[in-house]
Amino acid sequence: MNRKIAALAVLWALLATAPWWLPYVGGYTQLGSRVLIYALATMSLNLLLGFTGGLSFGHAAYFGLGGYGAGMTLKYLAPSTPLALLVGTLVGGAAATLLGPSVMRRRGIYFAMITIAIGQLFYFVAVRWNEVTGGEDGLAGYSRQPLHLGGWTLPLDDTAFYYLVLVCFAASVGIIGLLLRSPLGRTWVAIRENQRRAQFLGLTVPLYVWASFAISGTLTALAGALNALLNNFTSPQDLHWILSGNFVIMVVLGGMRSFWGPLAGVIIFLVAQDYLSSLTENWMTFIGIIFILVVLLFPRGLLGMLRSRLQPK
Amino acid sequence: MSLLRLESISRHFGSLVALQDVSLEMAAGELRAVIGPNGAGKTTLFNMVSGFFPPSSGRVFFEGQPINADRAEARVRRGIVRTFQITEIFHELNVYENVCVAVETAAGLNSRPWVSRETATRVRRRIDELLALTGLAAKADRVASELAHGDQRVVEVAIALAMRPRLLLLDEPTAGMGDEETDRMVGLIRRLHQEQHLSILFIEHDMDIVFGIAQRITVLDQGRILAEGSPAEVSANEKVRAAYLGEAA
Repeated sequence: MNRKIAALAVLWALLATAPWWLPYVGGYTQLGSRVLIYALATMSLNLLLGFTGGLSFGHAAYFGLGGYGAGMTLKYLAPSTPLALLVGTLVGGAAATLLGPSVMRRRGIYFAMITIAIGQLFYFVAVRWNEVTGGEDGLAGYSRQPLHLGGWTLPLDDTAFYYLVLVCFAASVGIIGLLLRSPLGRTWVAIRENQRRAQFLGLTVPLYVWASFAISGTLTALAGALNALLNNFTSPQDLHWILSGNFVIMVVLGGMRSFWGPLAGVIIFLVAQDYLSSLTENWMTFIGIIFILVVLLFPRGLLGMLRSRLQPK
Repeated sequence: MSLLRLESISRHFGSLVALQDVSLEMAAGELRAVIGPNGAGKTTLFNMVSGFFPPSSGRVFFEGQPINADRAEARVRRGIVRTFQITEIFHELNVYENVCVAVETAAGLNSRPWVSRETATRVRRRIDELLALTGLAAKADRVASELAHGDQRVVEVAIALAMRPRLLLLDEPTAGMGDEETDRMVGLIRRLHQEQHLSILFIEHDMDIVFGIAQRITVLDQGRILAEGSPAEVSANEKVRAAYLGEAA
């Protein structure tokens, strides 16, 4: 228990000081922001995948909708960063909430197939609807705006933006953590563990899967909105199933039964991508090799492996 | 008024007749065994009562109410709680968490993102009570999948008890157990019946157990009721001796 608290303290201290130490290890602030954004997306996905047992291969849909929602708000509606984040989150969250019923009765491969199909639907809309979304070229021509905090203006340079991301990340992770410790969280895990038993406890299983899907999608949309502000650009690739697949890979790399697993997976994935892609165009091959090794050697992911090593048996 | 009443229940799977015109009445507080050779329709009978799938024809009443239209979840809320022939528990959770999920479900807390300290205490007390009742207290921290088979089946009974059943359906509670484990399960069933006054309907193959604890016995054979009565009546029944007990004797 004490060791866990110490580990958490170290983690948050590292995150809070990242803009200072990142350059010393060859990183940069934007990479830190990207890690947190993807960690938020994958920890949200893991609420559904690891803790409810719903294999979503379409979470990029909500990430991308959050991105387009935020970008279009800045471009067409109003030059406000908080409004952009809010609209992006609500757009993606509403989509997940409305589409939840189409998957909530399915399990396993059927769940995965339907989520992919829904995701691709949004991708094709974004590619075809040229005049509004920018089509294949993506949505550009907007930029994140300074924050106005009660008469005080905070320009969002890379460092300030990192802290905005960190605040959103901490709040969302807090929400996920509280939910998982609540009766609702235990109900999700029970459904993951044994749907039949859950049903024969009198639980209306699909409703809980729906709730998980909606909350997971909403927080993923927040990550997508932040991503749109990080890059000042939204690409149809943010909606594509390849990104959905990458989210799943990140979760599995880190460990989908563990709360912080996705963060570990994201760090490995993005750092490998950042370093390897400067060395070779085929960096994905190396990610693939790492993925295969992890799945074969540590089926519970890297954090899952570490935890079982550290635990005295 | 009877607790459970089945009115000429039949169930077909294609051309296979699993149950044919089965009628049955069970009183509250009764400890009843269902016996019969493999394929006699015992588990199908449980499925009809628990709502796992509907009968092809016939009606099911619980506490005087027709429940044919109720789905499995609704029947659990009425108090019809079952265990399965193949243990259905939450394997990666520990024993405490297994029971906790059930206790919170019984208390209707599932959709709560938070609970008051008071409620949490009430839940904890109820879990401890159930663990003590089922003799699992010492194993509360053990992950369910790592428990011995017999203990896993007790966990499933504990989960079922958490739901405060008005009718507990146990599908072969001692299946695959060693002698010691069997004795413990039989002791538990007896205690639940005598001390908690639970109405229990159980499927069992071990005739020593059936004739040792059941108040009444229903004998199924090839989807039909062959006999029903007290253990003495059933063991004296010629048809039962010929069709079923005769094989074993």
